[in-house]
Amino acid sequence: MHAIVGENGAGKSTLMKILYGMQRPDEGTIAVDGREVTFHSPSDAIDAGVGMVHQHFMLADNLTVLENVVLGSEPTKGGWIDFGAAKARIKEIAETYGMDVEPDTLVEDLGVGERQRVEILKVLYRGARILILDEPTAVLVPQEVDELFDNLRELKEEGLTILFISHKLDEVLQVADEITVIRRGTTVDTVDPASVTARQLAELMVGSELPTPETRESTVTDVPVLEVEGLSIRPAQGRPVLEDISFTIHRGEVLGIAGVEGNGQAELVEAIMGMRTATEGRIQLGDTDMSSWSTRSRREAGIAYIPEDRQRHGMLLDAPLWENRMLGHQTEKPNVKGVWIDRANARKDTERIIREYDVRTPGIDVLAASLSGGNQQKLIVGREMSGEPKVLIAAHPTRGVDVGAQAAIWEHIRAARRAGLAVLLISADLDELIGLSDSLKVILRGRVVADVDPSTVTPEDLGSAMTGAGEAT
Amino acid sequence: MTAATASVGRLDLRRIAVSIAAPALAILFSLVVTGLILVSTGDPVWSTLQQVWEYGKQPRVIALSINQGITYYLSALAVAIGFRMNLFNIGVDGQYRLAAFSAAVVGGSFSLPKPLHIAIIVAVAMLVGAMWAGIAAALKATRGVSEVISTIMLNAIATSLIAFLLGKVAVDVAGSNNVGTEPIDESGAFPGIPLIPDSELDVYGFLIVAIAAGVAYSVVLGRTRFGFDLRATGRSEPAAVASGVSVKRMVVISMLLSGAVAGLVGMPQLLGGDSRTYSLDFPAGLGFTGIAIALLGRNNAVGMAFSALLFSFLDASSIILDINDISKEIVLIMQGTIVLSVVIAYELVRRYSIVAEQRRVSRELAAEREARPEGVSA
Repeated sequence: MHAIVGENGAGKSTLMKILYGMQRPDEGTIAVDGREVTFHSPSDAIDAGVGMVHQHFMLADNLTVLENVVLGSEPTKGGWIDFGAAKARIKEIAETYGMDVEPDTLVEDLGVGERQRVEILKVLYRGARILILDEPTAVLVPQEVDELFDNLRELKEEGLTILFISHKLDEVLQVADEITVIRRGTTVDTVDPASVTARQLAELMVGSELPTPETRESTVTDVPVLEVEGLSIRPAQGRPVLEDISFTIHRGEVLGIAGVEGNGQAELVEAIMGMRTATEGRIQLGDTDMSSWSTRSRREAGIAYIPEDRQRHGMLLDAPLWENRMLGHQTEKPNVKGVWIDRANARKDTERIIREYDVRTPGIDVLAASLSGGNQQKLIVGREMSGEPKVLIAAHPTRGVDVGAQAAIWEHIRAARRAGLAVLLISADLDELIGLSDSLKVILRGRVVADVDPSTVTPEDLGSAMTGAGEAT
Repeated sequence: MTAATASVGRLDLRRIAVSIAAPALAILFSLVVTGLILVSTGDPVWSTLQQVWEYGKQPRVIALSINQGITYYLSALAVAIGFRMNLFNIGVDGQYRLAAFSAAVVGGSFSLPKPLHIAIIVAVAMLVGAMWAGIAAALKATRGVSEVISTIMLNAIATSLIAFLLGKVAVDVAGSNNVGTEPIDESGAFPGIPLIPDSELDVYGFLIVAIAAGVAYSVVLGRTRFGFDLRATGRSEPAAVASGVSVKRMVVISMLLSGAVAGLVGMPQLLGGDSRTYSLDFPAGLGFTGIAIALLGRNNAVGMAFSALLFSFLDASSIILDINDISKEIVLIMQGTIVLSVVIAYELVRRYSIVAEQRRVSRELAAEREARPEGVSA
């Protein structure tokens, strides 16, 4: 099991794309089992026994596990799909590698960890001997991560090769037999996990000293900035998405929301931003009730928003950077003068963000799509921190961002907090939540199930509270 | 700093080259296809094209082309407003016909001093066009009805409605068995411009309105907050929503604007022609040509002007083919091929340029790193 670690934009994703035949290298060779190969497309890679499990699952929700696995390589008998044979094969694979998956369940009924297992199964079904996993633990809670690692160890014992990409260094150290660090497109070092610490590894990655997400000295005041009271979203059918959520964030306070994804965090954020109508409840900014305000009024009133899915909600991918700097702030200075766009000042301010937030780009006229994910995120953070917001709604602010940029983003959030910013932080990174938050709430199935003190809680405790394991006790 | 400026300059040149390459390739490709068809029907390729060219460059035909081009351009603008936010206003056709008809009826019913009379007629046309488009907008905003379906149906309804209303108000058009609305008084005539020397045919004075509309389109979309919201919605609706754009409101406003511009499409003909009446032979189908031109011109004000002129030139000069016993539908084939291939070419170019830019960005970043070793950085 070989792990590849590196900053965002260091070239991990590009490397993976090349190994999986999605992109052609300009130079150099790839050898599988000592035999040199050239991949023109992913199907060449599959033929050579290389399989990829993507960071974002590529499964059809309305099909069963079985159908998803065979999709694209259906076994046929006389022109008909031979589901019987396929099922037998899946069962066999599942047993060999100790993966517990029921072929006939619908994918939409599966949890994140199980979905990932289906993805792995899909790759194994196509006869892969080499597995590439792109940030497989990003979406999992600690318990699920352990299960995944058990699966991976089992695969390794069966003689498979696993290539594992991650940002989470302690995990890498835990499972990998060998670690390659890449930085800015080149290999920095290949190390033995037994002989390095997470810190040394991180320093190799970043090439400099390292940060921690600790923010111990409290800046919390007793001035409430954002108050949410009795917020509920109940769809006409089905169970409530949010039920009676209440909290207050004060000036200089970071409130963290912990929870397994899909337990109402996204809806909570959208309700606060005015993108989704709440069934009931009140949202108050300072002294004013803003429950009925439009998204734009809320943003103009000083609510900054770092969306969960930056490419869908945070960026115009085929627009230049300076236009992206305006997005969400297209009614505010320095971007506009009256009804007119103030190009000169918007561009100048984009330059500032690029400088202050270390967005790596050759200029402000390149399209947002040409930047790596981490650099896109830095631009978004820089943009949202501009114009002195009162409240920051940050959903996974450092997801998919490298260690260096992560530290910078944390530092920016901390600085703004000192200056009196109220932050609602939603994250799947438990260290980030614990390290940055002044108070923590755990959300499960749309309800707040626990209030946790971030100064005493451990990631393991938090993880069990998130999955509801702590409910019994 | 100099390096950065230079790279920006290069970038712009590259973008311009890339954006011209696609339509140029498409036109070339369509010439080849047209040539092949001519060969297969046994017509001489070279002399046919030559005939078209020779005929087309006569002053009278050029004036005709420009006049036709003006209506095409307005129609393309109307379509492009929708396109820029991913709305497919297929209904420009119905909108402009109903608008021109209503404007003709209103304009024919009274007489006023010249500028006022014209202004009222144009205002009526824009209003009716906007209202007709507004029906589709309201349906989409309130009930989520696809504007493609509703505007197509509204086209059909407009056709019947005009036929019905024309039956009520029609008078015989002098010297023919055609029927039309009461002709508009001389005070409603938009004066022509003797733009082309040696041509007895004036260019529609509406040329000025079309140019103004093109400039307004460019400025509003490119330079205003409203335009930014509109383009953002077109590029990514979820991102626009997150940025505070009310998509429903944008749908309504842009549909109304599109309809209002569509209302202008029939005006050059109605106010600049000789008969100043909406009769049975009032040109139809301009809305669909507008879609093709907006596609070819890539919703760009200047690009659409060129493509409108190209289309109208082909239309006007194709008349010679009929005279020489070659089917003039060959021009329709040519126009169709241009649009079809340009859509493909744009998509290919778009993909290519994104990949090329990603490469370029990583290359420049790498070069920057080499030039400025770590630790020495600012």
